[in-house]
Amino acid sequence: MFCGCRVEFGAAPNSHTCPTCLGLPGALPVMNHEALRLTVLTGLMLGCDIAPLSKFDRKSYFYPDMPKNYQISQYDLPLCANGSVPLHDLAYPKDAQKKIATPEKEVPLVRIHLEEDVAKSFHLENNTAIDFNRAGTPLMEIVSQPEINSPEEAFAFLTALKQILIYGAVSDADMEKGQLRCDCNISVRPAAQQELGAKIEIKNMNSISAVRRALTYEVERQTEALARGEKLEQETRGWDDGAGKTFLMRTKESAHDYRYFAEPDLVPVKTESLLEEVRARLPELPRAKRARFVEQYGVSVYDAAVLAHDLALAAFFEAAAKGARKPKSVANWILNDLQSALAGAGRAIGDCPISPAALDELVNLIESGKISGKQAKEVFSEMFASGKSAAAIVSEKGIEQLNDPTEIETLCEQVIAANPKPVADFRGGNSASLNFLKGQVLKLSKGKANPALVGEILERQLKT
Amino acid sequence: MAETAHIDVAHVAKLARINLTKEETKLFQTQLERVLGYAEKLRALDLSHVESAAHAVPIFNVFREDEPRDGLSAEEALRNAPRQANGLFVVTKVVE
Ligand SMILES: [Zn+2]
Repeated sequence: MFCGCRVEFGAAPNSHTCPTCLGLPGALPVMNHEALRLTVLTGLMLGCDIAPLSKFDRKSYFYPDMPKNYQISQYDLPLCANGSVPLHDLAYPKDAQKKIATPEKEVPLVRIHLEEDVAKSFHLENNTAIDFNRAGTPLMEIVSQPEINSPEEAFAFLTALKQILIYGAVSDADMEKGQLRCDCNISVRPAAQQELGAKIEIKNMNSISAVRRALTYEVERQTEALARGEKLEQETRGWDDGAGKTFLMRTKESAHDYRYFAEPDLVPVKTESLLEEVRARLPELPRAKRARFVEQYGVSVYDAAVLAHDLALAAFFEAAAKGARKPKSVANWILNDLQSALAGAGRAIGDCPISPAALDELVNLIESGKISGKQAKEVFSEMFASGKSAAAIVSEKGIEQLNDPTEIETLCEQVIAANPKPVADFRGGNSASLNFLKGQVLKLSKGKANPALVGEILERQLKT
Repeated sequence: MAETAHIDVAHVAKLARINLTKEETKLFQTQLERVLGYAEKLRALDLSHVESAAHAVPIFNVFREDEPRDGLSAEEALRNAPRQANGLFVVTKVVE
């Protein structure tokens, strides 16, 4: 944030440090322009008020992960205030999507400020070991109002927030890489009580589902404690994902006094120029993209939500759907065959062997009647395996749909002659027999015959 | 405003993790109260026509572009460490 050290996940300890982030005497901080832009961009994406004038402050803090004994943070003039994170159905955990208490809820935010991250501590048996690589990394702190009412809502909040950060290219927001961290404050109270219960903070969750598990555990633990007549006190707890339990880290200390004061080594920030720089970067947000997919491409609300859930998937769809006769079919192929082929191969959409244009070509071959849906499945697997184009595979393998009525008539005649019983059944009024006969014709054509045409011709022949 | 500005030196010393003797506490108590007294004088001025500033100098937006720069090697970084192990600074155990 205030020095030029590289940010690299998994680097050798203390290999990315300098006098500034080590807090050596005399080293001076300089603000990272891009970190300020990205914070303002995040504020815009979340509908925050951007402070015209912002500044940094020193937060006194005695801990070996911050050796200068203060952290440069923001106190009374944070870059952003207010705003909200809109939740949507797919942001909830899969098993909770059917019973969402408040659909389309918007969770209000308090503020977003920027600060320097502290070093990473490893607590060993007899001492503590410290790696300063992370120290000084820009850390954007997003604080929500206490208006998240269930572990599922917390899950949806983080999922939706993460999505927006990815949309804005602010962060990959990968919790496992520490790009997104979360401290949860949770309290329970009797239904009739107005004021919130004792605030208990939980740390150490390294995935969004771990946040849900930790909160579920805490709701139960705190509710039981209250039922037993215990009084809960403000404290900080850690989450042990293996054990599925939280544990006490520390009770409320002698009230924190951070003695904030303006950082004299940094000048204040006027955000007007930052806002101008960032406006052009404001992306179409997930909610707008979902609505546009429905409107522009005629896909279902659900499909639009699935496509827009993953920015890379949405981009793939859009690239393929642009030239498609039937964008809805493109969406179906992406959401069914392509997604399951990718999952089966353990690949991400970014590393898909089929390009959007190639998928588009395949769908157009089906729509124009050149190949049948069944043949298309075969062509698709071949495309996925070899990376060849649909047209190349079709001509190489001699795959094409049989659309010639004379040839189909011959096939139908053969099937009618070979199956006297079903033919008699059909003529006797059992219309289901037609499907059996149709299947036989398709089989005889080795799956090449145009199914619609076969049905038409068969019915005509049977009725004469 | 208060006639005599008050400061609890013992408390401030505790926050700053400084151990003071009784005599020092007493000495600083008087000295710092006098300093606060000077600050109180400023309050008496009419500053209604002065725009409040967030910094002593009217300069804004001094930035550094987001370009990585080489810093210290791990050896250099650890050179002053009283204790180290496996490339890490080692300190007295802190309870997280
Ligand atoms: Zn540095």
